[in-house]
Amino acid sequence: MGLLSDPNRRRALINLLTRLNAPICGMPVEWLVKTMQARGLEVYTQRFSRTLPFPDENKERYMVKGTNVYGILRAPRAPRTEALVLSAPCTPGDNNNQAVGLLLGLAQYFRNQIYWAKDIIFLVNDHDLIGMQAWLEGYHHTNTTGMDWSPLQGRGGSIQAALSLELSSDVVTSMDLVLEGLNGQLPNLDLANLFYAFCQKIGVLCTIQGKLQRNDWDSVSGYSHAVQTMMLMVMKQASGRPWGDHGLFLRYHIEAATIKGINSFRQYKTDATTIGRLLEGMYRKLNNLLERLHQSYFFYLMPSLSHFVSIGYYMPAFGLLAVILLLRALDLWVQLATPPPTTEDGIADIDPGVLSVLTPLVISHLTGAALYMLPIRFQEMAVEHFPVSETEAVVLTAIAVYTAGLALPHNTHRLLSGEGTEQGWRVLKLVALLYLAVLLGCTALINFSLGFILALTLVPGAAFVTPHVPKVLSAFVLVILSPACTLLFSVFFFQELQEMPVSFLDGWLLYLSVISQGILDHFLYGSLVYPLIALLVYPCWLLFWNILFWK
Amino acid sequence: MAAHRSCRPVWLFILCSFSLFIIAGSQETTVAPEQHASVLDNPQTAAETAEQTAGESGGVEERRWEGTEVRDAAAQKQAEPAVLQPTPQPKDDFQEELVVRPLHSGDIYASFQFRTLWETDFMRGNKVSHYRLFPKSLGQVISKFSVRELHISFTQGYWRTMQWGQPYLPSPPGAELWVWFQDSVTDVDATWKELTNVLSGIFCASLNFIDSTNTVQPSASFKPLGIGNVTDHRFLRYATLPREIVCTENLTPWKKLLPCGSKAGLAVLLKSEKLFHSSFHSQAVHIRPVCQDWQCKTTSWELRQTLNVVFDLHNSGQGKREWSLFKMFSRTLTEACPLASSSKIYIDITDNPEGEQFELSPATSLLSQAMVLGDRRTFSVYDLTQQDTFGSVRSLNLLIRWKSTEGDMLRPLLHAERYVAGYGLQTGEIHTLMYNHHPYRSFPVLQLDSVPWYLRLYIHTLTVTSKGKDNKPSYIHYQPSKDRVRPHLLEMLVQLPPNSVTEVTVQFERALLKWTEYTPDPNHGFYVGSSVISSLVPSTVAMDTNSTRERPLFSSFFPCKEESSYFVRVYTEPLLVNLPTPDFSMPYNVICLTCTVVAVGYGSLYNLLTRSFQIEEPSPGLAKRIANVIRKMRGVPPL
Repeated sequence: MGLLSDPNRRRALINLLTRLNAPICGMPVEWLVKTMQARGLEVYTQRFSRTLPFPDENKERYMVKGTNVYGILRAPRAPRTEALVLSAPCTPGDNNNQAVGLLLGLAQYFRNQIYWAKDIIFLVNDHDLIGMQAWLEGYHHTNTTGMDWSPLQGRGGSIQAALSLELSSDVVTSMDLVLEGLNGQLPNLDLANLFYAFCQKIGVLCTIQGKLQRNDWDSVSGYSHAVQTMMLMVMKQASGRPWGDHGLFLRYHIEAATIKGINSFRQYKTDATTIGRLLEGMYRKLNNLLERLHQSYFFYLMPSLSHFVSIGYYMPAFGLLAVILLLRALDLWVQLATPPPTTEDGIADIDPGVLSVLTPLVISHLTGAALYMLPIRFQEMAVEHFPVSETEAVVLTAIAVYTAGLALPHNTHRLLSGEGTEQGWRVLKLVALLYLAVLLGCTALINFSLGFILALTLVPGAAFVTPHVPKVLSAFVLVILSPACTLLFSVFFFQELQEMPVSFLDGWLLYLSVISQGILDHFLYGSLVYPLIALLVYPCWLLFWNILFWK
Repeated sequence: MAAHRSCRPVWLFILCSFSLFIIAGSQETTVAPEQHASVLDNPQTAAETAEQTAGESGGVEERRWEGTEVRDAAAQKQAEPAVLQPTPQPKDDFQEELVVRPLHSGDIYASFQFRTLWETDFMRGNKVSHYRLFPKSLGQVISKFSVRELHISFTQGYWRTMQWGQPYLPSPPGAELWVWFQDSVTDVDATWKELTNVLSGIFCASLNFIDSTNTVQPSASFKPLGIGNVTDHRFLRYATLPREIVCTENLTPWKKLLPCGSKAGLAVLLKSEKLFHSSFHSQAVHIRPVCQDWQCKTTSWELRQTLNVVFDLHNSGQGKREWSLFKMFSRTLTEACPLASSSKIYIDITDNPEGEQFELSPATSLLSQAMVLGDRRTFSVYDLTQQDTFGSVRSLNLLIRWKSTEGDMLRPLLHAERYVAGYGLQTGEIHTLMYNHHPYRSFPVLQLDSVPWYLRLYIHTLTVTSKGKDNKPSYIHYQPSKDRVRPHLLEMLVQLPPNSVTEVTVQFERALLKWTEYTPDPNHGFYVGSSVISSLVPSTVAMDTNSTRERPLFSSFFPCKEESSYFVRVYTEPLLVNLPTPDFSMPYNVICLTCTVVAVGYGSLYNLLTRSFQIEEPSPGLAKRIANVIRKMRGVPPL
């Protein structure tokens, strides 16, 4: 392809990259505008500002102000109906300078070609995901998260596909593909196939989840390697957060992925020109598409780049888990339908039964609502009274509310109806089982990984808990299998999978930051995991907790 | 004084050709901004206005440009009759011209115009059978379908107003067709249907896809450009096909309509491999009745074929900012079309009065000035009917070489864009932004939207806001759609405040189509045609309050009426909207599943129902048989 063959272009690209090794990020907006204009693009900027609900300690930001710069390459003789996006986040420091340089180099090369049928938008977004969110909201003129942005001046029609580029050095050893987007959404599998095919063609090492593909499937180590890769994908997907800038595109039905350059200690290096060829190839393929990518799967898990597990294979596993709940529910239903043989007051039990179901339901949901609202509301108060930062205040309030919930409602049914009855806990458990089954079923349809992990931990407890099992042991098991502990274990498990095990203390700190990130993701990008856990899953779990302590 | 008089017709002659296409709009210009009531009955003829303006501006020009080039012009005028002598009865006339406008971005805009005038009458049952310059295929179409006016354009690409300024003749991406029929036509819809099919054959385009679902009858946006007093929009049909791809197969029949074909004259430049190696390509055919002379006693038919193309610096320039005829078209010019009464090339040198922006070679002393789109432009003129234009090498290869890369364009006063907002496949919102860049004058625009029925517009959500305030349109004409029958039609007259953006939004719901109604590529999306914005825009000359300009004081106090505003039509980009699309592999799965169910389930049931059952006697054992034989022999009944 042309990019490598022309020595002039190659030199220009290298010059640009060397120029970019001087730190430019911190968004040199004027320079970018001028450079893009010199390359013959239509250049526009977008300003945005956002105040976070509480300071983000990982990225050290609170009041975010920034400017996105984007240049549109107008396809010759195309009516501005379709566009492709190539984006590179411009992060503070010089982490992503090479990506911005490569983007500009590609823009220059692409501009001179006649074959484009879709406009190509070269976007340099400030403050990574926040900037991307602002740009996408501006482009589609929606406002889902209450951000302030200036309206966009230039558009290219409906965006068909997007790639986001992250490079931290001008040579890389391998290219990593990131697919997991907001709320566990994935791009069409064909995008991954396209990347894989071009990496094979050009001879670039390609990875997914940072793991190379192995060919020894039948050996135990090869198999476990693939399982590890897939488990990483499950964990990432379950987190529901965008794992790259591409993640926000998926909401708008735009197929998108992030391509990361990874520079490890491997001998074989790939230079920026080769990555440019890779991108050129992918964009030419995308340019030639008549329709949006839709032929392949949208629901899949990938044990390696060349293999996938489709929804048809993994859904039965979840189905088997969910069927336990339904069978338990059926069992209870039958038990409730047959009147108890010994006493005659079975019928009389029904009335307090209904009340004894309603009260715990309401109270546990109120606790859930408190878990959702209080951390943000009370951060200022917490900061005043305790020696903690805002972020810590939010996280610790969340944990406190969660723990308080364990103590509060387990004998609330007695508030109204006095002593609980045998019938009462059965009805409550029946309701709780059906509730959990529906909840998990819906979650698994939207985000399989999250649904599966929740089912794995919640179903055993839900199936076996009764007031008659040994209290202390069951309580311990139930707490261990509660959503918060699941999250804690997931953090350790994830680190283990990434081959970066952490000590318990580090893991705990990581756990706290994961909670704060989860809350931030919800408020910044509209991730649904936090409200799902707080408003639905946690109250549902509390119902079972309630049954355990039924008196 | 004699010189004075002789130069006057020449100026008329040159300016006429310019003003005609400007004035083509000026008929509408008088129409657009006023209230719809007055819009509907405005019988003023375009030609009259054209002639007047030409006359007046000619008169003005003549005084300002008396100097050097008048003698050239005069000389040229004297030479011309000699050329025209052999055709003593000029009942038809052919003119060709090429306008080249170098753009600030380094791109170049070339606009061809070919005009055939024919003093004949297709109407009132006249059988016209002798054709000379006028193409027979179109003449027959006019007379058979009683067409009063026909405008058809094929465009590949979108005109970038903010980079290129206003085009001489605007057109939307894809194909656009609008026709005024004679008031003698009784069944307009049937005639229209037949006409589109015939045109589809003539231009080798998919115009046969025009049917009632994409045809509208605009009430105010499209007025007749020729003479005639029919303004009842029952006789107007307007349709666009935004998806139409324009390529060589459309260019060839278009070239065949020219009297010289592509054999001689400017048309030799029209080589498709170059024309389609460009940023923008648009070809059009306009037919209308015009006045033959000043008094408008006789009418004649005008066929105007135009072709606009913009070449891109980056795609074909190899970095050098220079253009030549050869580089643009891979041809040079050696002669004019022998049938043409005038054959000229105009180069827009307004921004380059002293040659500091670009250098033009070979140089020409012939200059011309015209009011184009509200701006006074200066052109270098090359007359191809003069042999000395071609110089000693007998070929003309105009060369434009830039000297500096600086310079900025006067921002177009009116500019519009459109996009779909929202996400998901249930609802959406169409946003149309109209920019008025005029610093202190507001002007009204007439917006026409034709939206296919499968986007169900919620017209109660229609909002028009400018500068954050509600801007109530003074005229709204809305015709709701009928599913599978006709599209939505929305026409609005909106006043754009000075230096503002006016945003028109309307929400829609995406319909679920029947499965046979999807295109073969449903996941590509469905097109919504450009919205059309017609307006009388205050002239840039009138906007010029710069008093340092050398001008007589008496001329600069009141703005001159002719120059105060000009007609502009702006097309927004078409939209590509995704509709909820079923997974079309599902029917296949369903078919497979059904077949299995039928084969296994129904098959065995049918088998059970139709088979007759009989109880089969179990064959008796060996001992029993032997016993029976013995019993038979003994005469006892068998077991």
